[in-house]
Amino acid sequence: MLGRLSWSAIPFDQPIVMGTGAVLGLVLFTVFLLVTLKGAWPYLWREWITTVDHKRIGVMYMILGLVMLVRGFSDAIMMRTQLALAAGHAQGYLPPEHYDQIFSAHGTIMIFFVAMPFVVGLMNFAVPLQLGVRDVAFPKLNSVSFWLTASGVLLVNLSLFVGEFARTGWLAYPPLSELAYSPGVGVDYYLWSLQLSGMGTLLTGINLTTTILKIRAPGMGYSRMPIFCWTSLASNLLIVAAFPVLTATFAMLLLDRYCGFHFFTNELGGNPMMYVNLIWIWGHPEVYILILPAFGVFSEVVATFSRKPLFGYRSMVLATMAICVLSFMVWLHHFFTMGAGADVNGFFGIMTMIIAVPTGVKVFNWLFTLYGGRIQYTVPIYWAIGFIVTFVIGGMTGVLMAIPPADFVLHNSLFLIAHFHNVAIGGVVFGAMAGYTYWFPKAFGFKLNERLGKAIFWCWFIGFYLAFMPLYALGLMGATRRMQHYSDTHWQPLMLVALAGAVVILLGIALTAVQLAVSIRQRHVQSDRTGDPWNGRTLEWSVPSPPPPWNFTHMPNVERTDAYWYMKEKGVASTSPAGFAEMHLPRNSPVGIFLAFFAVILGFALIWRIDWLAAVGLIGAVVVMLREAWKTDLEVRVPAEEVAAFVRANPTRVPGTSGGSFDRKDVTSGEGS
Amino acid sequence: MSVGEQALSTGPGIPLSLRGPAPVRVVAGFGFWLFLLSDIILFAALFATYSVLSGSTAGGPTAAELFDKKHVFLETMCLLASSVTCGLGSLAVQRTDTRAVYFWMGVTFLLGATFLTLEGREFAGMVAAGAGPSHSAFLSAFFTLVGTHGLHVSLGLVWLVIMLLQVTTLGFQPMVGRRFFAFGLFWHALDIVWIGVFTIVYLGAK
Repeated sequence: MLGRLSWSAIPFDQPIVMGTGAVLGLVLFTVFLLVTLKGAWPYLWREWITTVDHKRIGVMYMILGLVMLVRGFSDAIMMRTQLALAAGHAQGYLPPEHYDQIFSAHGTIMIFFVAMPFVVGLMNFAVPLQLGVRDVAFPKLNSVSFWLTASGVLLVNLSLFVGEFARTGWLAYPPLSELAYSPGVGVDYYLWSLQLSGMGTLLTGINLTTTILKIRAPGMGYSRMPIFCWTSLASNLLIVAAFPVLTATFAMLLLDRYCGFHFFTNELGGNPMMYVNLIWIWGHPEVYILILPAFGVFSEVVATFSRKPLFGYRSMVLATMAICVLSFMVWLHHFFTMGAGADVNGFFGIMTMIIAVPTGVKVFNWLFTLYGGRIQYTVPIYWAIGFIVTFVIGGMTGVLMAIPPADFVLHNSLFLIAHFHNVAIGGVVFGAMAGYTYWFPKAFGFKLNERLGKAIFWCWFIGFYLAFMPLYALGLMGATRRMQHYSDTHWQPLMLVALAGAVVILLGIALTAVQLAVSIRQRHVQSDRTGDPWNGRTLEWSVPSPPPPWNFTHMPNVERTDAYWYMKEKGVASTSPAGFAEMHLPRNSPVGIFLAFFAVILGFALIWRIDWLAAVGLIGAVVVMLREAWKTDLEVRVPAEEVAAFVRANPTRVPGTSGGSFDRKDVTSGEGS
Repeated sequence: MSVGEQALSTGPGIPLSLRGPAPVRVVAGFGFWLFLLSDIILFAALFATYSVLSGSTAGGPTAAELFDKKHVFLETMCLLASSVTCGLGSLAVQRTDTRAVYFWMGVTFLLGATFLTLEGREFAGMVAAGAGPSHSAFLSAFFTLVGTHGLHVSLGLVWLVIMLLQVTTLGFQPMVGRRFFAFGLFWHALDIVWIGVFTIVYLGAK
């Protein structure tokens, strides 16, 4: 009746897990109670859960990412504590089987449920605004994407309290991840949660690519798009091209585990290295899916706060697209030690070094933008400069490892761990924090507290160097990744420094929560009444903060790059719009959360092999989709008077260009197709 | 005035990329093209796996011993013919000719179902002969690649039935037309994938 599920699935004997569970349960219960007492459920349902507005969905992605950052970071600091303790005869406090789950969960969560939501959230929020349009191409699909990602998150978190998580590392290499060596539900949790969220990501990729290529304001040609839109385009093209490989690879591993197939097993001709190749054909582009939008954020931030147009716009675009293509030609550098021979390793080593060239172009573009600029040292520019310094170091250690003989020495050592945290924290996290601080006033109408923002930056910056520079040294001394204990006590001092670094980062994360609370309290002091708090260059700053549901009351007419800056220079601000037209907005839809509900049921049932429940989940999802297919009333109308009232109440520096009446209905969506 | 008309009214001198948002029809079609692209990449991963594992028979039957090319030729003809009838059905959708839509799409359904029946018989025969998917890496890769195509055809048939029901209940609304267009793309894409299967798996059998 319940498949493999029984009371023994709940780890009553593990005080850490049960303690965490109790705290989390209490927090969830309190939130639930507060929402209920305040009667906020209808508001949440109407304005957030069922929303199809790209800005709100973007904000929800960011919240998801922030919450999961806490979870992923808890794993990190547990590992650092364990390694600070477990030297020589001491065994630390985490037994190997638990430690293995923690490092697997840490990697999985940080990449799929922290970095991805941050990046996708920023793209969702900013891209349509920068393009000067009302929403993404398929607003309802956007909501479905978000909720599928959220269902993956839910399953991963469930694995903490019901059953176990994978002990295989974040990419679940076979044969270890095969049924013979991982008979528990851990790998199944991993696979199903990532299949669900991966589907959400693929749909996002399709949605945003279509948006950028097909839905831009008049005059917004490709050579006039903000760089963030270009990097988002590259990132989403990579999603469309890479995520299906992930889906196929996981599907094959699932068939091995569930149906006795032999793709990656040790017996009957199975080939585990096929999995490793396939997963990195997805995995290396994934690295660029995460970093390219961060590059875009830095480009916007550097240009805005240097008071200059970005240096080398065209070379930036070319570098972005070069990285986009080259990212598919370097995957083998993740396993030079496979033994493919000198020719193959040589090819991939050289390709890896070549990919550093466009990245170098970008670094020089940012530096030359800063050079001679009237730099305003705001929080986003702190992150940007910190990024340039840190990322260059991380990039160089990467090029170092691109040399196959060097990689044979450093493969799977802590040197590698230091390298990819160097680019992931210095690049993606710094980029996400820069974007969060930069666009926060646009989303909510007030700035984040500046002093706390700088404190957060310094915590991350110093904490990062403290935590990871020792790891480079330890790697060179022979320390491997994924080790729960080491006998050489000489490593311990460096491990203690790394733990200190993690504690400093912890302070930074805590301060992020404090900053949010303080900023909300001071929102009247920090409020942004013009819609343009940074004296920005791109179109998102030409609308009020927060923007109305329809974003642009009059569709802007773009004449060059930095469209809004140009409007301000030309003084378009003085012209008043011709009139107001009725707005057509896509209707809110609960289809996303309903689908996610049944997807979680399906995933959970498949993990625990509960056949009837899996049928319930599948049939439920099909019924939801069929119901949706027959819906015809997909739009709501906002009367012209309401639009006019909004514009009067929210003046902007440029009230809008004279676009005359414009039927928004056709602007946005091919929804329901 | 729709954006499409407005774009045209701004004159042919303006490049397409500067004319503002594309009309819904174009946007929806483009999104579906991207989906198909991603689907074809999914197949590419399966093709690559099949190519690598096709020799890993673990002492079991090989591709040359298992496949009956006449049978596969018949399957191929069914699927290719269904693409023709699907094309004729799509033209009927454009003319909003309900009877022709039912007829040609009905024929498409029958041809697709015949294809699936033939494929099912092939699979059943192999399993009965002791050549099921869990007997070797080659057979795992074969059943997964060809089976995934078959699964797509099955889903296509379900989609086709839904579309015919939509025509019956909703008529030829623009929404229904766009979905039929997407269905046509999907069905033709499955043909292209099948050409790959036919060439690499069946003709390439050694």
